Amino acid sequence: MPSLDDLKKRIKSVKSTQKITKAMKMVAAAKLKKAQESAEKGRPYSEKLQNIILNLTKSISDESNAPKLLAGNGKDKVYLCVVITADRGLCGGFNSNICKLAKKHFKNILKEGKELKIITVGSKGHDQIKTEYSKYIIDKKSFKDKKQISFKEANEIGTKVIELYEQEQFDKCFIFYNNFKNVITQIPQAEQIIPTFIKKDEKTKDHIFSYDFEPDEDEILDDLLPKNVSVQIFKAFLENAASEQGSRMTAMDNATRNAGDLVDKLTINYNRSRQASITKELIEIISGAESL
Amino acid sequence: MSEEFKIEIISPDQSVYSGKTEEAVLPCFEGQVTVLKDHIPLITFLRPGIIEIEGSEKFYVEDGTVEFSDNNLLILSATVQSLKKIKTQEIGSMLREAEQMLSKNQVSDKQRYILNYKIETLKQIN
Repeated sequence: MPSLDDLKKRIKSVKSTQKITKAMKMVAAAKLKKAQESAEKGRPYSEKLQNIILNLTKSISDESNAPKLLAGNGKDKVYLCVVITADRGLCGGFNSNICKLAKKHFKNILKEGKELKIITVGSKGHDQIKTEYSKYIIDKKSFKDKKQISFKEANEIGTKVIELYEQEQFDKCFIFYNNFKNVITQIPQAEQIIPTFIKKDEKTKDHIFSYDFEPDEDEILDDLLPKNVSVQIFKAFLENAASEQGSRMTAMDNATRNAGDLVDKLTINYNRSRQASITKELIEIISGAESL
Repeated sequence: MSEEFKIEIISPDQSVYSGKTEEAVLPCFEGQVTVLKDHIPLITFLRPGIIEIEGSEKFYVEDGTVEFSDNNLLILSATVQSLKKIKTQEIGSMLREAEQMLSKNQVSDKQRYILNYKIETLKQIN
């Protein structure tokens, strides 16, 4: 049985922890709003870009002649995985969810006897992945000192990925990130970005226009496809940022509630032992008086 | 009948402009293109230059993709900036940067073409 003093100390420390988690929750809520807004603002760009590429690909008749970024280089040996996580912890299962999904993919890739290369973005993911897969990591990026991630950073990674592709360092590229559905649900996702994978939507079939291309399809695709890679990465960044704040908010909310429960329990304990000691003293006094 | 068509300019961060106009002039890669209502469907990309929207703002762009279909003009660009908001100092530093790039020897013809246009446009707005 802990002494009264110990209980008092514990209550105090839990209370101060609660204050911290509460503050973090407030901060996350404020940041979430901003991140959510920019994630929503960023969506039209990537969607429209995909649409244009879809329209372009429809008009390409000779698929074997299509650019490498679109059709692939015909090989299926080396996989590059870009795992995008946060730079900070204390956000629930956010980072581990991405890593779990990524590791599952890594296992499959290795099982099939294929070569694996990893680029990690964000220090938390790097920490989790390096324990098992450190020899596959070819590069790590972290934007810890940046307040907000802009298109420039995404472009930096996109250019690097394309550079590696042109040097034939890998054949297929996947990105891993959390898709922001709402504050409570974030879905870890794996997406293939090279060769460009575009979901064929049946509904859009009716809207085939015979486009006029200037200069011509190939040149436009050459210009568009590298851009698309950066845009997809940027989209992943935005979704990730919103998910991180959402996840942190829920985690901190839970932590605050748990701390509250703990304080209640400890307070009851404290009061009980205080009363017990008072009763004990009284009994001692009374029995002492009786014995006289 | 109205001679207007819809125009939308989107950057990765946000929707920059959205509205209706009768005429838009675009600095396309192979030359300036003026889009009027009922233009044939078109997909092309931009070189550095100025987007002029009739009766509205002007925008500076370095690159971008344009799609026109069904009287919807869509411009996707990561480098679009409204001429009203662009600062003179920025133009100066961008100009210097571009000139420096051009003075290097290993620029390809395509890059040279783009840089020349960039310098020309920047001088024009400065």
